[in-house]
Amino acid sequence: MIGLVVVILAAVFLLAFSVWRRRTPGVFRRIAAYDRLNREVGLAVENGTRLHISLGRGNLFASFSGSALAGLALLRRITERTSVSDRPPIVTSGDAGLTILSQDTAQSGYQAAGAEDQFRITAERVTGLSPFSYAVGTVPILRDENISANIMIGDFGAESALIVEAADRQNAGLIAASENLAAQSIFYASAKDVLIGEELFASGAYTGAGASHEASLNVQDLLRWIVVFAILVGALLNLFGIGF
Amino acid sequence: MRVLTAALAIAVQVIVLLGYFVSIPVLMQFRLILTDWAVVIGAVAVLVGILNLVIVHWEKIRTRQKGSMYGVLLVGSLLLTFVFGILFGVENPFMQMAVDAVIVPVEAGLMALLAVTLIYASIRLLRQRQDLTSVLFLVVALLVLVAIMPTPFGPIPGDRFILYIAGLLSNGGARGLLIGIALGTLLTGLRILFGVDRPYGGN
Repeated sequence: MIGLVVVILAAVFLLAFSVWRRRTPGVFRRIAAYDRLNREVGLAVENGTRLHISLGRGNLFASFSGSALAGLALLRRITERTSVSDRPPIVTSGDAGLTILSQDTAQSGYQAAGAEDQFRITAERVTGLSPFSYAVGTVPILRDENISANIMIGDFGAESALIVEAADRQNAGLIAASENLAAQSIFYASAKDVLIGEELFASGAYTGAGASHEASLNVQDLLRWIVVFAILVGALLNLFGIGF
Repeated sequence: MRVLTAALAIAVQVIVLLGYFVSIPVLMQFRLILTDWAVVIGAVAVLVGILNLVIVHWEKIRTRQKGSMYGVLLVGSLLLTFVFGILFGVENPFMQMAVDAVIVPVEAGLMALLAVTLIYASIRLLRQRQDLTSVLFLVVALLVLVAIMPTPFGPIPGDRFILYIAGLLSNGGARGLLIGIALGTLLTGLRILFGVDRPYGGN
């Protein structure tokens, strides 16, 4: 029952903050990785190079699919912004369902930007259905497709080190985020600009996806304070021997 | 059509979500039916994904792109194992051999490569970023490695203390990260529930 209350509370907050954010757009702290992401998107359009967006291998039926969905929201923004480029981004994933969603998302993005002819069904690809086959299938794309920047956002594991290493060899920019702790530590060690923890869910707000994405960040902050308060109260009650 | 797709997706999401929290038998049964359908659709999606893989490589072969020979190899072996698997079943010794003699050694080789890659990544960490947290990251990683590695003299002095402190800090940090990620996932899910984000298209 507590779970349902939290979901309803979050939904009410999200609606309220969305209305508020439509009137007064939010100002957020600078995150170097998102600055770099916006710069890389602009540079790719100007230079006629490609972006590679890697959505990971998150199965949509598993609990670790949140980051893949955040990646799809980012993909939507990037396809809209790169619709003027003659080299559309390449999207790879290690899950067939996720690839179908990425095709739908990219097509919607191009339609919204009035550039439907930019959509290519071969630009969104499954590169492998096991962790290593996914990584190994992605590496040649980094080498052969004139990639200027890699955006890795989704559910990755230790195999992400192979992709990161290949990106480094090509001197391509890397912006990486995952909800998987092993992948986060690999990205921290390998990428110049890395997104830690829930920062990956801020991609929409930092790429101008709209009021609801900004409202999401506000609600996350609010809920985080509630969780902190609950943990502190729980610890104090426990300290005084009050069980519940 | 777009409105219908969104309405259908939202209705299904509400039913599945409520089925988790509210114990009404009809709702729970309906949730299970919908989840079963999703599993079947997911299985079909795998076939679509394989078709996508074939189309991408076929395009590479047709336009004689760089590395198209690997595409020939991939499509050829995929068709061969697919047809063989359908005709003789996955229990067939030749199918088992394809797994044991090709997939397992290749994945084991990649695992070994991964170990080297990770060591290299840790070496160049300070090249990427020279700050206190990077140094701390590296020092803690080295200490933990030293504490868990086997030595000819047995465990090193203070190994349990190192693991205790590192475990304490990493558990605390990991929980903090996971709480943040859980909240982010919740809000992402709600945006999809409200139809603001529509990864299924129609937006």
